Amino acid sequence: MVEAGFPILTLVTFFPLIGVIILLFINKEKDELIKRVAFSVSLVEFIISLPLFFGFNETTSKMQFVEKASWIKQYGISYFVGIDGISLFLVLLTTFLTVLCILSSWSAIKEHIKEYMISMLLLETGMLGAFVALDLVLFYIFWEVMLIPMYLLIGVWGGPRRVYAAIKFFLYTMAGSVLMLAAILVLYFITGAKTFNLLELYKATLPMGLQYWLFAAFAVAFAIKVPMFPFHTWLPDAHVEAPTAGSVILAGVLLKMGTYGFIRFAIPLFPAAALKLTPIVAILALVGIIYGALVSMMQIDLKKLVAFSSVSHLGYVMLGMFAFNMQGVEGSIYQMLNHGISTGALFLIVGMIYERRHTRLIADFGGLSRVMPIFATFFMIVTLSSIALPGTNGFVGEFLILTGAFKAKKVFGVLGATGVILGAAYMLWMFQRVMFGAITHEENRKLKDLNLREIFTLVPIIIFIILMGVYPKLFFKKMEVSVHNFIEQVKTKSAITYNMQNQDQKNNLKALLTSDKNSFSD
Amino acid sequence: MLDYVWLIPFFPMLGFLINGLYSRWIHASKKFVSWVACSALGLSFLSSALVFISMLKISPEHLPYQVNIFDWIVAGNLKTVVGYQVDALSMVMALVVSGVSFVIHIYSVGYMHEDPDFTRYFTYLNLFVFMMLTLVLANNFLLMFVGWEGVGLCSYLLIGFWFEKDSASNAGKKAFVVNRIGDFGFLLGMFLIFVHFGTFDFTEVFSKAPHTINTALATAITILLFIGATGKSAQLPLYVWLPDAMEGPTPVSSLIHAATMVTAGVYMIARCNVLFSMAPITMGIVATVGALTAIYAASMGFFQFDIKRVLAYSTISQLGYMFLAVGVGAYSAGIFHLMTHAFFKGLLFLGAGSIMHALSGELDMRKMGGLRKKVPITFYTFFAATLAISGCPFFSGFFSKDEILWQAFSSPHGHFLLWLIGVVAAGMTAFYMFRLVFNVFFGECRAEEEVKKHIHESPPIMTIPLIILAILSVIGGYVGVPHALGGSNRFHKFLEPVVGPGPGSAVEHAKINLNSMAYAAEHGTHAAHSASLEYILMLISIICAAIGVWIAYYYYIKHYPEKPKEMVEKFKGMYTTIQNKYYVDEIYGYLFVNGTKNLAKSLWIEFDVKVIDRTANLIAEFFRWSGSVIRVIQTGLLQDYALAILIGGVAVLYYFLK
Repeated sequence: MVEAGFPILTLVTFFPLIGVIILLFINKEKDELIKRVAFSVSLVEFIISLPLFFGFNETTSKMQFVEKASWIKQYGISYFVGIDGISLFLVLLTTFLTVLCILSSWSAIKEHIKEYMISMLLLETGMLGAFVALDLVLFYIFWEVMLIPMYLLIGVWGGPRRVYAAIKFFLYTMAGSVLMLAAILVLYFITGAKTFNLLELYKATLPMGLQYWLFAAFAVAFAIKVPMFPFHTWLPDAHVEAPTAGSVILAGVLLKMGTYGFIRFAIPLFPAAALKLTPIVAILALVGIIYGALVSMMQIDLKKLVAFSSVSHLGYVMLGMFAFNMQGVEGSIYQMLNHGISTGALFLIVGMIYERRHTRLIADFGGLSRVMPIFATFFMIVTLSSIALPGTNGFVGEFLILTGAFKAKKVFGVLGATGVILGAAYMLWMFQRVMFGAITHEENRKLKDLNLREIFTLVPIIIFIILMGVYPKLFFKKMEVSVHNFIEQVKTKSAITYNMQNQDQKNNLKALLTSDKNSFSD
Repeated sequence: MLDYVWLIPFFPMLGFLINGLYSRWIHASKKFVSWVACSALGLSFLSSALVFISMLKISPEHLPYQVNIFDWIVAGNLKTVVGYQVDALSMVMALVVSGVSFVIHIYSVGYMHEDPDFTRYFTYLNLFVFMMLTLVLANNFLLMFVGWEGVGLCSYLLIGFWFEKDSASNAGKKAFVVNRIGDFGFLLGMFLIFVHFGTFDFTEVFSKAPHTINTALATAITILLFIGATGKSAQLPLYVWLPDAMEGPTPVSSLIHAATMVTAGVYMIARCNVLFSMAPITMGIVATVGALTAIYAASMGFFQFDIKRVLAYSTISQLGYMFLAVGVGAYSAGIFHLMTHAFFKGLLFLGAGSIMHALSGELDMRKMGGLRKKVPITFYTFFAATLAISGCPFFSGFFSKDEILWQAFSSPHGHFLLWLIGVVAAGMTAFYMFRLVFNVFFGECRAEEEVKKHIHESPPIMTIPLIILAILSVIGGYVGVPHALGGSNRFHKFLEPVVGPGPGSAVEHAKINLNSMAYAAEHGTHAAHSASLEYILMLISIICAAIGVWIAYYYYIKHYPEKPKEMVEKFKGMYTTIQNKYYVDEIYGYLFVNGTKNLAKSLWIEFDVKVIDRTANLIAEFFRWSGSVIRVIQTGLLQDYALAILIGGVAVLYYFLK
């Protein structure tokens, strides 16, 4: 562990709360001021999270910027935070996207602006906390904390069926959370370590049978969040009803809670079970890739289309992770970031035309390229990133994942690669129907192209799409050691478990034989 | 200068950035935009030439010369670089690509002059050239794939350039998706390469190949790569996107869909000749697909009236020839034809553009005729290209096509049937090309009166490129005059270090006929035999072409229009089938497009909504229902609870006292 001299993770995690407190003292009526304060806070937050990247030591797989303080001593609960080369990027993704989300809400949100901004900032703290927590109870608390502002974002500022969608989102997540909580408690009592310290718990080697159960409980909780097929049906509803910024955060960060949960908790805590169950997870991931792509092809609502494409893209993330080789896992983490950026951008883009036309139906558009050329350029680049064109971030992720999957099991790589064709088909067809052709709806003829604020919202995303596509080494060198360590740990620990299991069986056999001998000698 | 090979793709990239960001932002003048775009290409061509000259000075052992620029994707044992390489093959390609592109850029300035999206056009065009040069200069598979998909993107953008037309945007999408099907194969091929070689580097893969992989594996890899090539180079069965691609501006058809991008598959196979030579089965498939495509596409060109469509089918057919060549192991012959084809087919398309320019955008040859006198430069250049493609002796296409036919016949990988198909297709080519020329330039002018008044020759900015390409189409073949005609086939010798000595050589024969060692010894007499055979074959193909020309003359000059009509009446069934492109688009549409859509639709409506989501909601309903049941006993009234306790107590007592 590399202790932090300065409590930077605490600062990064809780800084948005300072914004919340400031906002509490501002008069509800002062819309403009509220927006500016929220924006400045999120921007400062992003800036203070940057030292994490530049100060990150890429030569060690140990947790960095670690802070640890005992919290509830008698139960072994502590305030324990730190990041490695995996969570580092998710923290940065969160602080980055929050800025864009607040920027994109400028004119989209018209009611209860103060409450809205407070929810956004609370949500940010919740997400960051979950990514940096290294204590299971602390993680669980942040995991639940996130849920409430997100529930409000959908339920208060959402579309016509917002209450249904919000409750569905809430119940789905809760169902998983309960299983996870139960598993955490079992872990606490069974291991006898009497601690919730994740790094301590990593060291425990659990018997195979127990690993299966606990892995299953964690896996369901996270699979709902990812969402993996067949737990995905809450996602389209939540996305369709959520306001733009809600969708961006939901797709960009909250879904990564699921995949991050696998890589930080479910797999390293129960590696032997994870390895044994790999075929099941990989097949579900593949079904997700193909099924998500096919279903999104038939969507008539833009947001639903993007939502189902998320199912497909996150299928890639899961496939890569369970390849358990460098290419697969690094690709998987990269794809988490790509999805956050590209799908986040797609939701921003859909939000921009929704704000102008108050419809998201594909059939209501057509020919927008002529009236909105700047918008068209941004949309095109993001679409290309989403279909993993070489030179964009999407290609690097998908290529590594498929290489990793192919290396691990050829047929998985082959099936996964079919998504490359389907992805192009549904995205380009959508793009064509929205942007190309003649203008058939008179309302579209008067649409205004992007304003400066909207351009500034999208430019940073485009920069990352290209940068991550052209020079991925910048990112890979920070995650390499951590990923290597992750794979090694999984392999060695599960080998120990299997040995133990074999030993047990041998002992049983021996006992049986000796007892037999005894009985014969009698 | 070799270290500066990166300048070749760099200039088009720079042009793309300047026009794409700066010129579009400030709405720069057309003059500025065209200067940026054309000088980018000029500089790129100049760099290619300089690199080429420096390459000639160093001995072939030092080639390929590698220039790595930066590390790209690095993960575990996977290490890829952005790096270029200089060798004979990459330089031939770079020269052809940058040279032809330069000429077509200049032509475009005139052709696109009226278009409001002038800047967008040149932005895409520069990006295309950058991608194409990346494809041919890359020193590893992954970077080649970047170019491979990148040119596909530009093709998509440029086919759908006039995106307000539904047919154009449909064609663009079709091109991209069909190409992705091919790329699926290409990707899998790369995965196999990586798993077995641990690298994507060309030099490393090719040098390790003989002792790393066996025939079966080589066959698998090469078939997968070839699937990629059928997509990009429009071969059976993935050719369907190319005819539709004619929706793009005509210079785009010329540059991308005739001269450069569509030949990428041929280049790729020539580049991977080591792998392909290890897989005789794949070679057979490549040659067969090539030959069948050559004749199949030529037949589709017979009855089209749209001049660009005729040229599109012709391109598919000519690409078939190139695959036939590389499929029989004659890699240098394939590249030779690639080069001459770039000249004459590029020219034919530019000529078609000039005709359209003269006739206010008309494409239907039934509304043309007699243009010979009105657009003389266009006519003469177009005619030169027609002679070249038809294999008229001593034009560029003659040398390259005849070398292919000769190799198809004589190569150990070749076959009499392959040659026969090639020769018949050559006759067909001559027929449809002369049908086109006769319809457009000879006879009476059948244009509408209004159009007739405005017929004019194109401005010099368009005709000069025509003339340049016409000169190349005429003389371009002299770099590869075969031994039989007293030449020394310098082109072949030049490429030898990269693609090997080729199937005609003594070494190759000895390798293949290991059991007849005498073969190599008798090589001297063999050469004499083959020379006379080569003359005979050459003569046959010339006669075939002549017959094609004569039929075209008979129908479209001598007995026009009564004979063609008569023929159409006579063979109505065949005529409509061919006119409708054998209904392949309809069959594909029904099987694949509708099949996928129907599957997707039923998955969505029948499965996602009715099964998965309903199950989730039913579970929720169950909890709500059980809650409502249990709620009945939670009345909150003290006396009810007292009653419950009483009943319980009685029950317990009863149990124990029974």
